[in-house]
Amino acid sequence: MDENFVYKQVGSVIFGMLSPKMIKKMASAKVVTPELYDKEGYPVDGGLMDVRLGVIDPGLRCKTCGSRLKECIGHFGYISLARPVIHYNYVPVILTFLRNTCRECSRVLLADAKLSQVRDKLRQIGAEKGPDVMRKRLKEDIAASNNAGKCPYCKARQFKITIEKPTTFLENERRISPIEIRSRLEKVTDDDAELFGLNVRASRPEWMVLTVFPIPPVTMRPSITLETGERSEDDLTHKLGDIVRINQRLFENINAGAPEIIVEDLWDLLQYHVTTFFDNEIAQLPPARHRSGQPLKTISERIRSKEGRIRHNLVGKRTNFSARTVISPDPMLGLNEVGVPDIMALNLTVPERVTEWNIDYLKRFVKNGPKAYPGANYIIRPDGKKKKLTEDIIEATLEELQPGYIVERHLMDGDIAIFNRQPSLHRVSMMCHHVRVLPCKTLRFNPAVCFPYNADFDGDEMNLHIPQTEESRAEAELLMMVQTQLISPRYGLAVIGCVQDAISGNYLLTQKGFSLRREDAVDLLSSIGVTDLSSLPKKEVVSGKEVFSMLLPGDFNFAGRSRSKDEPEVVIEDGKLVSGVMDKNNLGEGSGLLLRNLHKKYGESFAVDLLGRLFRLGISVLFRRGFTTTIADTDLLAEAGDKISALFVSAEQEVQRLIAEFNSGQLKPFPGRSSRETLELKILEVLNKARNETGHIVADYANPGSHTLIMANSGARGNLLNLAQMAGCVGQQALRGKRIEKGFKNRTLSCFRPFDLGSEAHGFIKSSFKRGLKPAEFFFQAMVGRDSLMDTALRTPKSGYLYRRLSNAMQDLKVEYDGTVRDASGRILQFSYGEDGIDVSRSEGGTINVSRIARSE
Amino acid sequence: MADALKEYEALLPSGLVSRMVEELGDKASDSKVKSVFKRLVDEYERMKVHAGESVGIVAAESIGEPGTQMTLNTFHFAGVAEMNITMGLPRIIEVLDGRKTLATPMMDIYLKRPYSQGQDIKKIALSVKETRLKDVAAEISLNLADARIDVAVDDARLSELGMTKQGLVSVLKKEAKGLSVELRKELLCFKAKNKEENVNEVFKLKEKLKEVVIKGIKGVYQVLPVKRGSEFVIITAGTNLKKVLSLPFVDDTRTVSNDIFEIEAVLGIEAARQAVINEVFKVIENQGLNVDIRHLMLVADTMSAAGRIQGITRYGVVKNKASVLAKASFETPIKYFIEASLYGEVDKLTSVVENVMLNQPVPVGTGMLKLVAKHDEGK
Repeated sequence: MDENFVYKQVGSVIFGMLSPKMIKKMASAKVVTPELYDKEGYPVDGGLMDVRLGVIDPGLRCKTCGSRLKECIGHFGYISLARPVIHYNYVPVILTFLRNTCRECSRVLLADAKLSQVRDKLRQIGAEKGPDVMRKRLKEDIAASNNAGKCPYCKARQFKITIEKPTTFLENERRISPIEIRSRLEKVTDDDAELFGLNVRASRPEWMVLTVFPIPPVTMRPSITLETGERSEDDLTHKLGDIVRINQRLFENINAGAPEIIVEDLWDLLQYHVTTFFDNEIAQLPPARHRSGQPLKTISERIRSKEGRIRHNLVGKRTNFSARTVISPDPMLGLNEVGVPDIMALNLTVPERVTEWNIDYLKRFVKNGPKAYPGANYIIRPDGKKKKLTEDIIEATLEELQPGYIVERHLMDGDIAIFNRQPSLHRVSMMCHHVRVLPCKTLRFNPAVCFPYNADFDGDEMNLHIPQTEESRAEAELLMMVQTQLISPRYGLAVIGCVQDAISGNYLLTQKGFSLRREDAVDLLSSIGVTDLSSLPKKEVVSGKEVFSMLLPGDFNFAGRSRSKDEPEVVIEDGKLVSGVMDKNNLGEGSGLLLRNLHKKYGESFAVDLLGRLFRLGISVLFRRGFTTTIADTDLLAEAGDKISALFVSAEQEVQRLIAEFNSGQLKPFPGRSSRETLELKILEVLNKARNETGHIVADYANPGSHTLIMANSGARGNLLNLAQMAGCVGQQALRGKRIEKGFKNRTLSCFRPFDLGSEAHGFIKSSFKRGLKPAEFFFQAMVGRDSLMDTALRTPKSGYLYRRLSNAMQDLKVEYDGTVRDASGRILQFSYGEDGIDVSRSEGGTINVSRIARSE
Repeated sequence: MADALKEYEALLPSGLVSRMVEELGDKASDSKVKSVFKRLVDEYERMKVHAGESVGIVAAESIGEPGTQMTLNTFHFAGVAEMNITMGLPRIIEVLDGRKTLATPMMDIYLKRPYSQGQDIKKIALSVKETRLKDVAAEISLNLADARIDVAVDDARLSELGMTKQGLVSVLKKEAKGLSVELRKELLCFKAKNKEENVNEVFKLKEKLKEVVIKGIKGVYQVLPVKRGSEFVIITAGTNLKKVLSLPFVDDTRTVSNDIFEIEAVLGIEAARQAVINEVFKVIENQGLNVDIRHLMLVADTMSAAGRIQGITRYGVVKNKASVLAKASFETPIKYFIEASLYGEVDKLTSVVENVMLNQPVPVGTGMLKLVAKHDEGK
């Protein structure tokens, strides 16, 4: 096996400035003409598309390295500028140099004696706080030294230097030409330059004024050929064309002895083009534009921002071997499985290396070819050549195949895949699943894992990635598998648990008085894969609790609480559910205490397996019993309706009484509040109480067997408030913690009297959703609805940005082998992670459960 | 029991030991103590973080993810009589940004006995609140002829504050700089000490005079005594921790401000770190979310590691990163590249993003370990 592994790694990246010498040295061509192509469409020698700068046309060969398109990475060229120009990005640095060095001798404006004093201190500051602090300090020192405007060395008088943005420097209102600037910077000694924070090995001050200009390779500015056969050049090429053209004109004019004004104008124009070549979004400069008026995208725009090179191409990358489609639920899949559509399986491949032992196995795939499942799409020869498998070459390939080859076979059951839903806000947004190839066209998974992905099935799409190396597969399986992620690293409790129908089903099953015939129990249990029925009590009729207990391990003990008022204590003894109802507190995510205990005692694989079975048990119960929701669930007895209306009457009276009290000035204000505010608060209190009362009435009168109430009580979905809003009354609509006040002058809507302080005029909704809302009520509800919609729309980008900043600031913090938390430069942030070294995702809600350990023997 | 504990104490964090001791009670036998602690140590060892764990990212995720669930612009109305406080996401952003000016600066002033039981609570609260001259002035008039400012004092307001006119004059003599004060009949008369009798100057002086603090603590513009549990606490809008802590009736061990920078200045960086944790935790708890305190600690530690509070922004924490590429991948890449070119910086590729850029394994988690193998010379 003679593979060419690359043993080299990039160890470090060094940054520096290009010297004119360097620019010439690395250039493979001097560009002299702005022309691009000759009449035949062949690149002009000495033009911007010179073949020595790399090739972008198929068929041509690079004249520098001799390789073809895609092999040649391109080569730099250069032009000599007729007059020097300033590099825009270094303008602030140039300014500090000009201001703090002598205009005649270019020494730092500090007397020798003083300088030797300061030098070491400055160096120290530079090392500790960075060069910009050091530079600031130097400026202060110079300002403090008070040279009376004279150079301490040559006694030359100094003038005030100002800057006219973006690139013009003025001395005493007179312009300093870049030539002058460059000559001043040239005279700065290396030692002095160091005081400004420059590292002279990487950068000399005069390099900030350009005399030669590097031409980037054509490969980084390829032209595109339009359908009409016309060529369309890259923005950079356009900009470079401008620079070369103006430079050429400047040369000619200077040589021809043109008047100074014309030369100056051209020089300024050259400066403009060079400046916009580097950055075309400078506030003081009009951006260079296409003929269509659209601004050119030059170097800086290519690099910065979210769509720039760094964030878009370097930090974010695209991958092969991935797939995306709509998701749908399938409770019959295991929690750690993902159902992959068969068409996807035909395109996603897993490479397998041929050995003596698996050659027959792999030949089967090759034999099937790319169209039949399970087949193979590619084979890779030992020399690294990849070959697409087609019907025609199957026979030949079968002959050829021998150890050392790699077969890229179709995705199969049991393969490792990483499943992801965006936004990937936490690590459980990407988990590893085992593949299950299934018919139909959606990706499927067990709804119990919806919570970590924050997925629902209203059209959500998710991504699937297939790891391609043994190493990545091993890591994915050991570190990212669903069962390893049961406990949230955020708060140390389960993030995966029964949801919705699974909770309702188990709730019904374990309720007092739920019993079923033995045959039915056996049927139910075997339908979810329980085959050992020996521990099922040998009775004609078994209770639901006994059926539930069948899933629990025989030596499991647990004491907890449920939401139910009748059976609040949950007791499990020796694997038998003695009392208590299974609801969200025990089975759900977040709390899920029963699951948490099972996980602790029996390990993650067992927990995930059991959870899958519990889930199916709950659903199977509902399959057999039937479960739905109906409007009739919100029907109330006439008695309840009367009670509710009576309640409203008394609440309304109370509100009127408060208003009257306020109007007569007798309302005693709360400390720190005006009486108007106090009135508001009191009315709110009364109305909220009234709504809560209706909630109680609804809860009292609602049929406890109704499915809506079962869902609410078990915690599967909805709560009593939802029911009360449907059956009783919707309640007060609050905008920013207050009753609704906005709208017309002195009133909320034109159907109310001005200054009406009553409940209805300020957004109290008496009606229920079932009965329907009155127009005014509907409007108030819409107001609150819109407000919360806006809130969500504004919050998402804010929290997204906070998250980005946090993760960028903290991404390199890690725990070292000695248990300390350090950043990338080895600085210790914590001596022990979280002060006790406990990993939240291994803890129980962030701590060690001391009492459990003390009690267990 | 103490003997039995000895061998385990070194192996466990002290908080955990004391919790377990409490759980066991005094009566536990030595053998029981030993067996229990052996299990505790086992369990603790299993719960410890593994080397290479990317705790920073986990912390960022743990705070960033619930951010999407937090409400914006919630004001806190706990109880009937408390004031508005920025809560929710804006407050978290404010703290983590390291903003120097807060939307709602406030303090909780705890009191020493017997004041904490409600004695003179209103009086004390008022004595903390800043009162400016304009609050007690009934009328301020200009006497342009004499370049004098006359202030008529509202006696009722003054006595409410427990001050006399004489007292007021003596306070003003100290506080109103550059002015001489005189009490003529019912009027307070002010005159500029230096004899510039420019009308403009007098107008300016008048505006300045209005804002002179005559009583209380500067910066505290609203006070509210509240009963919290079994004691009275004064909540203030506006902060001045340094002055408040020096008041004799204030319990200086518990009184806090919500201004992180003020805490840093008065109490030091360790206190500021704790304040970051407390402030963020308060918001998260208030929103009914669940985030482990360890994540907040790590964020607070990154913010305070430099010895002063730095925000999680391009001017704060990110600026101090060693790697050019890591800085560039965050914001303003051009700026960092230009700087790097001047100083000839070397990026050693020790953190995560640089290696992502170069398609190399990142040095955290499973990428952290390096294999050292002896090269066999003979072969």
